[in-house]
Amino acid sequence: MRYIETTSGQWEVVIGLEVHAQIISKSKLFSNASTRFGVNPNENVTFLDAALPGTLPAINSFCIDQAIKTGLGLNGTVNLISYFDRKNYFYADLPHGYQITQFYHPLISGGYIETETEDGVKRININHIHIEQDAGKSIHDQSPAKSFIDLNRAGVALIEIVTEPDMRSAEDAANFLRALRSILRYLRTCDGNMDEGSMRADVNVSVHRPETEYGTRAEVKNINSIRFIVAAINFEVNRQVELLESGRKVIQETRLFDSATGKTKSMRYKEDAHDYRYFQEPDLPPLILDPVRIEALRETIPELPSEKTRRLQRDYGLPRDDAVLIACEEEVADFFEKALASVEFNKALAKILSNWITVELFALLNKYSKTIAVSRISPKDMGELVSLIKTDVISGKIAKDVLALMWTEQKSPSAIVKEMGWTQITSVETIRNSLKEVLEDHADKVTEYKSGKEKLFGFFIGQAMKKTMGKANPQVLNDVLRELLSE
Amino acid sequence: MHRLSIGELRQGLLKKEFTAVELTRVFLDRIEKNKHLNAFITVCADMALDAAKQSDCRIAEGRAEELEGIPLAIKDMFLTKGIRTTAGSKMLNNFIPPYESTVSGKLLEAGAVCLGKTNMDEFAMGSTNLTSYYGGVINPWSSEKKLVSGGSSGGSAAAVAMSLCAAATGSDTGGSVRQPAAFCGIVGLKPTYGRCSRYGMVAFASSLDQAGVMARSVRDAAIVLRVISGYDNRDSTSAKEVVPDFEASVGQSVRGLRVGVPREYRVDGMSEEIVRFWEKGAAFLRDAGAEIVEVSLPYTKYALPTYYVIAPSEASSNLARYDGVRYGFRANGISLNEMYENTRSDGFGEEVKRRILIGTYVLSAGYYGAYYIRALKVRKLIRQDFASAFQKVDILLVPTTPSSAFAIGEEPKDPVTMYLNDVFTVPASIAGLPGISVPIGLDEQQRPLGLQLITTHFNEELLIRVGSVLEEAACFPCLKDVV
Repeated sequence: MRYIETTSGQWEVVIGLEVHAQIISKSKLFSNASTRFGVNPNENVTFLDAALPGTLPAINSFCIDQAIKTGLGLNGTVNLISYFDRKNYFYADLPHGYQITQFYHPLISGGYIETETEDGVKRININHIHIEQDAGKSIHDQSPAKSFIDLNRAGVALIEIVTEPDMRSAEDAANFLRALRSILRYLRTCDGNMDEGSMRADVNVSVHRPETEYGTRAEVKNINSIRFIVAAINFEVNRQVELLESGRKVIQETRLFDSATGKTKSMRYKEDAHDYRYFQEPDLPPLILDPVRIEALRETIPELPSEKTRRLQRDYGLPRDDAVLIACEEEVADFFEKALASVEFNKALAKILSNWITVELFALLNKYSKTIAVSRISPKDMGELVSLIKTDVISGKIAKDVLALMWTEQKSPSAIVKEMGWTQITSVETIRNSLKEVLEDHADKVTEYKSGKEKLFGFFIGQAMKKTMGKANPQVLNDVLRELLSE
Repeated sequence: MHRLSIGELRQGLLKKEFTAVELTRVFLDRIEKNKHLNAFITVCADMALDAAKQSDCRIAEGRAEELEGIPLAIKDMFLTKGIRTTAGSKMLNNFIPPYESTVSGKLLEAGAVCLGKTNMDEFAMGSTNLTSYYGGVINPWSSEKKLVSGGSSGGSAAAVAMSLCAAATGSDTGGSVRQPAAFCGIVGLKPTYGRCSRYGMVAFASSLDQAGVMARSVRDAAIVLRVISGYDNRDSTSAKEVVPDFEASVGQSVRGLRVGVPREYRVDGMSEEIVRFWEKGAAFLRDAGAEIVEVSLPYTKYALPTYYVIAPSEASSNLARYDGVRYGFRANGISLNEMYENTRSDGFGEEVKRRILIGTYVLSAGYYGAYYIRALKVRKLIRQDFASAFQKVDILLVPTTPSSAFAIGEEPKDPVTMYLNDVFTVPASIAGLPGISVPIGLDEQQRPLGLQLITTHFNEELLIRVGSVLEEAACFPCLKDVV
């Protein structure tokens, strides 16, 4: 879906993202205040964070390491010399009256992410990645006359990932953000938790006729969920197309997304046109990096999702879609591989395992609001369960009940099957006997069936299952019933 | 007792000829009697006496530190824990710091007694001390006319000259230690940028600000400098340089040294007397065995405009934090923007507002390249200028100021003319070089004049060595006690 179609013809959408991701670090970028979330307002504030006179920033080198790792994980080039700049503006939650960022010479240049789309792999290029401080938070809804300021977030380290305008649909943007979040989580440089604001994005959207120059863009600021980003892009595309089709113009401006209405609205007033007066931060020397440090960090980069996807396909014969799902989160992939290692490997089993993890186990985790890392079901038990299915000891239907009990009882699947007497009946004789009884009990239905009412086949199966308490092997049941009915 | 050098005071204390409490009382008494000079914004008599008592205990126990019991004054630019720190501004009139600056902290750790906080131009912006919210400082050398002390460390200069303290800290961004030292007839030493931590010093222009020492002799300055120098991990621009025993350089021979006299420092409107004293200073050094070499610093004339682009730019950003939100002065308003406007209009004085406006202008889109970027390029050329001069000579000898102190009320009313006061001190600041002003004599009106020595980065030892030779030859007269 490269272009969108309206009555007036085709339009191409162009999207670029600026993603702000909070770096995982115990302390802030330039102070030793804690970054802990959910504490009392203004608890994590040092003299520097409150911009007391005479205080000076000192770089937290762990944050720099995290940013370097991010750059390497996103295929960027780490610049051996980068600089910090001040972005000057007044706001009550910006204690210094400036934000320390990297405007002229960022830490990372270039890079890309490969995203999974319906049409295969799509590469989204990254222009640069830089480090900066977060601002504090203004709270306007506590009093009709006053605003309150919480500086806990002020000075927390962020990385800003600025893409090229390489996305062509809201879906592209969503794919990029999902892939980015997955990589950042693998790298453990950002937890990607959009609810807590650890990942937010500014979205640049424009539309133009195919084969013509890009249109004027509007920037939608500070959106904190992929769903809202998709909604904001779709709203913007419609708004801009409507404007252009009615002969009006798109103006370059900053807009805000209102999640309640699903609309964007213009945010900037004329008198507020910002001139940030960027200049090099004189309180900090240039950030000069030793290539040895960068190489040491490169060593710590784990196998990333796209690489892992390829390996899961290659080593376990997983279909591409399954591999993508399993590799999306490192903990899931670890769970999958551990489960597989605990049983005798075969390709079909790997496929069943992947289904059972991504469908049934995910449903349970969802139900109990747990992550796979703290799942009450161990990879080994999961492997065992899938083996029981694969070797026809239990049917898939029974397996669902077993899984539910594994969670609540915390017992191994074989113990549960044994205790409940749920071992599958595969004996042809036993099944034939059960079926015979069913057919005898419903002789009238047999007559109906034979006179052409073939959907009664399912009725007989159901009755037989009832008789065997669901333990009959479905395949054998099918075969024997067909045989009996054709007699 | 107040006339004694730090070395003599130290001896007297250790030999128990007098106690630190007695000594502190002498100075507090002098401060009280010389209130009219307006050298102090805040005097902390009780705290000083407490500290002196503790010093006496340590002396008695044989645990005396390097500056044990020595009463000093601290420029009100340095944050002092629990003692109001105003930076000469209404904006910080009610500000009591919750922490101690590195420089004042090092002095306290060395046993020094803090007598109080000295007056200064508001946020160190000025060359007269007249921009202080707390009023101007009167130069102790005043006779029938009241003279300016110079600035911005005018309170420290006057306090040292009048022996209201043994020595004082200053801060120097474009000459704020050296110029008032010259006006008040004392020694003012601005070390290399990075020598002393800026942590806890109210920022004016971060790439230029440097703590300095104001003292009655080169030796006293050397003693205090050693205490306040050194790397501080809280200031990323402070240098990991070894701190030598500066005092050991006092009185060492200058024989064989090459002293540069740059021809560009003969500027229009400079008095004949200054030229005469400059030549006299060169003659002193020649007599002591140094070689005098004429050198050229062609970019000198661009130093002043460069400074007045860079310093206001950084200041406009550094002073943005004074917004009335978290501490300091606040004037109410019905909206956030109105509160900002009222606070900053009422809280800052004219000169500070002027420089914030200049800095905001030169950093703004459309002017940034023409002013700020160009100024940075010229700054590089000025640095190179000095570097090539120092290929030929070891140290430079120049006047500290183009004139002696002027009378209050007779200062130039036009700010650009006023800025010319800094013309000889600004180049070293721009290049981050160390400089010292040593009193050389009195002009016809009996006003002090100073000569300035400038040398290579982290070579303060050479400044002290040459400065002490100059000092000895000059036999600068002691300020007669006017009280």
